[in-house]
Amino acid sequence: MTTLWWIADILLLVAVLPIVVYLLNGVLRAARSIVPSVERIASAAAAGSKDLDATALLLTTQEQVAKTVAGVAEYGGSLDVIIDDAS
Amino acid sequence: MLVASIEPVGAVAIVAAVLIVLALVVYLVATILQLRKITAGLDGVIASVGEIIDKSAPVNDVVNDINAHLDAGVDLLEGLLVQKAGMQDALGLVEGLYPGSAAAGFRNFPDSATTRAPRIGEVYTKGTLTLARLGREAPIAMANPAGPVLRNVEGGSLAARSLYEDIRHDSPEALPRSPVIGTDAPVQYEQRDDIGAPRRRLPDRAPGRNDPS
Repeated sequence: MTTLWWIADILLLVAVLPIVVYLLNGVLRAARSIVPSVERIASAAAAGSKDLDATALLLTTQEQVAKTVAGVAEYGGSLDVIIDDAS
Repeated sequence: MLVASIEPVGAVAIVAAVLIVLALVVYLVATILQLRKITAGLDGVIASVGEIIDKSAPVNDVVNDINAHLDAGVDLLEGLLVQKAGMQDALGLVEGLYPGSAAAGFRNFPDSATTRAPRIGEVYTKGTLTLARLGREAPIAMANPAGPVLRNVEGGSLAARSLYEDIRHDSPEALPRSPVIGTDAPVQYEQRDDIGAPRRRLPDRAPGRNDPS
């Protein structure tokens, strides 16, 4: 009976403990490898959000385009009056 | 007392179990710390992505509205160009600005794709080309209208002749130059030989019928 207990102790120390350590070390390495990636993603998302700060100017562009097209339409109307048609 | 009563085999088993638990604690605590860092990073990502979504939400409508206005402008200028210059010359203008674009034709004129475009860009002024450029979805005022004209003033007739290359031109490409005239001309025509010579005397008049003598 005592011999079986010794065998169990040896198994615990030689097999179970190294396997547990190996598996936990793998989990820890995987978690550590995720951290830099997440930090890069966070910085990229922040930079992308900052790049989109100028989208508010699109409203000004929209307004200017409408005014420009209106001016072109008036200019075209004037040209239509002062220039003869081709045919 | 209790430790002394434990047999060596039991003590080894307890030590092994303690070692396993210690390994579990060390590695799991380290993993938890890394997962907390990941959670904090993902919180930042979610915040930034939320900002991106908020900022880009109206972009689609605004861009569609800008495109609608520009489409209306393009339709207007294409129609005006075709109405004033005619289909063939209008295509020639566009072809002069963007070689090869005449094959695509105008958007609102399906038959323009099959119309043959003359080489018209050689004789029209830059102002005309800029006007046409506005109608081809190009950046406004990309070219300065105040710049030099594209038309070759000295060879304007030759450039105009090249518009319709399928028409046979009988006249020579370069006519001989006109002679230089004037007092400073290298060749004096009809040179007078009496310049510098004594004035000729007129012959005496014969007595006429009404002469009193």
